[in-house]
Amino acid sequence: MAYTGITPSARSRGMVREARHLLLTVAPGVTWIVIFLVLPSAYLMGVAFMTNGPYGLPEMPLSLESFRRLAGFGFLGWSPGNLYTLLRSLWQTLVSTGLVVIVAYPIAYYISTCRARWRPIMLLLVVVPSWTNQVIRTFGWMNLLAPGTPLSNLAEGLGFVAPNMGLYPSNFAVTLGLVYNFLPFMVLPLYAAFEKLDTAQVEAAQDLFASPVRAFWHAVFPQTLPGLLAGVVLVAIPAFGMYVIPELLGGGKGMMLGNLVANQFAGGANWPLGAAGAILMLIATFIGLFAMRRIGRRLGGGEEVVI
Amino acid sequence: MSDTTAADVIASPGVRPAEEAIAHEAARDASSIEMTGLHKRFGRDTVALDGVDLIIEPGEFFTLLGPSGCGKTTLLRILAGLEEADHGRLAIGGKDITEVPPHKRSVNTVFQSYALFPHLSVRENLAFGLKMRGLPPEEREARVAKIAEFIKLGDLVDRRVDQLSGGQRQRIALARALVNEPDVLLLDEPLSALDAGLRSQLQVELLRVQKRLGMTFVFVTHDQQEAMVMSDRIAVLNGGVIQQVGPPREVYEHPMNAFVARFMGHDNLYPVIARHGTRLSTPLGDLVTEDAGEGGLLLIRPETLDLLPGEVAGENHLPAVVGERLYRGSHAEYRLEVGESTLQATLNNRGRHLPDVGDRVTVSVAPGDLITLSE
Repeated sequence: MAYTGITPSARSRGMVREARHLLLTVAPGVTWIVIFLVLPSAYLMGVAFMTNGPYGLPEMPLSLESFRRLAGFGFLGWSPGNLYTLLRSLWQTLVSTGLVVIVAYPIAYYISTCRARWRPIMLLLVVVPSWTNQVIRTFGWMNLLAPGTPLSNLAEGLGFVAPNMGLYPSNFAVTLGLVYNFLPFMVLPLYAAFEKLDTAQVEAAQDLFASPVRAFWHAVFPQTLPGLLAGVVLVAIPAFGMYVIPELLGGGKGMMLGNLVANQFAGGANWPLGAAGAILMLIATFIGLFAMRRIGRRLGGGEEVVI
Repeated sequence: MSDTTAADVIASPGVRPAEEAIAHEAARDASSIEMTGLHKRFGRDTVALDGVDLIIEPGEFFTLLGPSGCGKTTLLRILAGLEEADHGRLAIGGKDITEVPPHKRSVNTVFQSYALFPHLSVRENLAFGLKMRGLPPEEREARVAKIAEFIKLGDLVDRRVDQLSGGQRQRIALARALVNEPDVLLLDEPLSALDAGLRSQLQVELLRVQKRLGMTFVFVTHDQQEAMVMSDRIAVLNGGVIQQVGPPREVYEHPMNAFVARFMGHDNLYPVIARHGTRLSTPLGDLVTEDAGEGGLLLIRPETLDLLPGEVAGENHLPAVVGERLYRGSHAEYRLEVGESTLQATLNNRGRHLPDVGDRVTVSVAPGDLITLSE
């Protein structure tokens, strides 16, 4: 009502120009996302609710059969195989992400305390391994951990592994592979958080009666939390869906959700079941992200953790 | 702010003014500082402190003054416990604290960069020290409210740290240290990042706070003007050695050596060529002094000089030509040519005639204003 003095045509001309401007700047991105994310996801969603055909391809009619199969109900009644795969995926994600945090935190801190001209070189050293193909690096670990290698012999000698079993293939090898692979994704955001930190603040905390441990906990840790959470997201989500590492290092006992899904598509086994598995992964990821945001908001003292 | 005062009274009903005063007297006795033979070396050949002996009295506003790299900040960090001396002892209130870690010292610091915690609100910043010492939340709140009233923080306590200006940060940093009621407050160039106007305003405020609390303040600065305005006593440091300790007037008017004189802003230093009793022979000419010292340098402070028009014969009269005049309103600064030498003079502007550049004048100085010092 306040604009009644301005001629309607002038107002609408301005709005049209603004809308056109918005359309031109946003359209390319939106188009990209629609074609390569929204449509395939919708297709996947549709496939998940279809029936498995004789060659593993989706057919009508719509059914919930895939989700029943995913939950473990087969021709021979219920079996826990898929449930184990889901739990193994969650467990591997949790353990490897936790280990990555424990290994990356001191590395990132150490790099941030180095002389300014050494820091880029140290960061480069952290990142360089990931320039090699992931499959090749994983084959490298297979050679390092196979039975008869020094590491395997050591583990056998110490009684961690049954004789002649070697460290690979095993769940342990998968965890190791995941930690190794995702370490740079944690070091980089943590380093960024440490670099912003003013060392005088540590001294200020000590000056204000905080013991070294409490100075770390109250002055340093909360300030690195946004970096830590960003790192957790960068590590945990791809680790949860990881295919190559459990495929190569896990053997039959180390399968994760990603392998389950891939098998349904690759072997021509069951597209609708694979699609249902992919949707399950998507839902689990969203739940994880949501939980991270909540944790971040609570621990970050109200500071929004952008993920 | 009046409702804060009311809340303060309600929150701490047990503390009566008399009790507070008694507690304060006790605290004052605990706040003397005694340094004996402090040495500090960084790496192999950087000597930061080379034998510092110093006693700071309770309730003093004490300033460590010197150029960068003179060791003043190192000394302050040793007082805070953030740096450990290689040799020597340090005692506060008669208790040896040489090996006490920083978090167990009743000493708080206002850092040069302020070092406020960006992840905490201003209120949480202020309460940080109290929380670390394990005070219950109600008492923390009461004391934060009290300090906010005292430093006149107003609604700043409800802001985020990144919403504060430089001057506001400075005052929060001061309040964050003072709220712990330490025996000694250390200030590491706390005003150096502020512009001139704000700086002189905060100098006055800081001085007022110190006088009202009667707390021992150890202040580090490289600005001799600031040191003179603020301090009860000044220690001038150079090369990790204390050059002179004394009240501002003494350090300014009777510097012990050429370094102190130059650092306090004196340029009129001349070698004494020969001495016959009280008569000194200098490049400016012969001058009579009351100073009986054996120093080989003559110091003439610019503000002790008088200018007479034309050539006037007399004792301690020197013929000169005006080389430069800087008119500053309240006073004027002159560069005078006396023979081959130049002499700086500062004259009060009290409606007198101001000589112009090129004028012939006579410089006059009282024998009592001439002092000699060692190189």
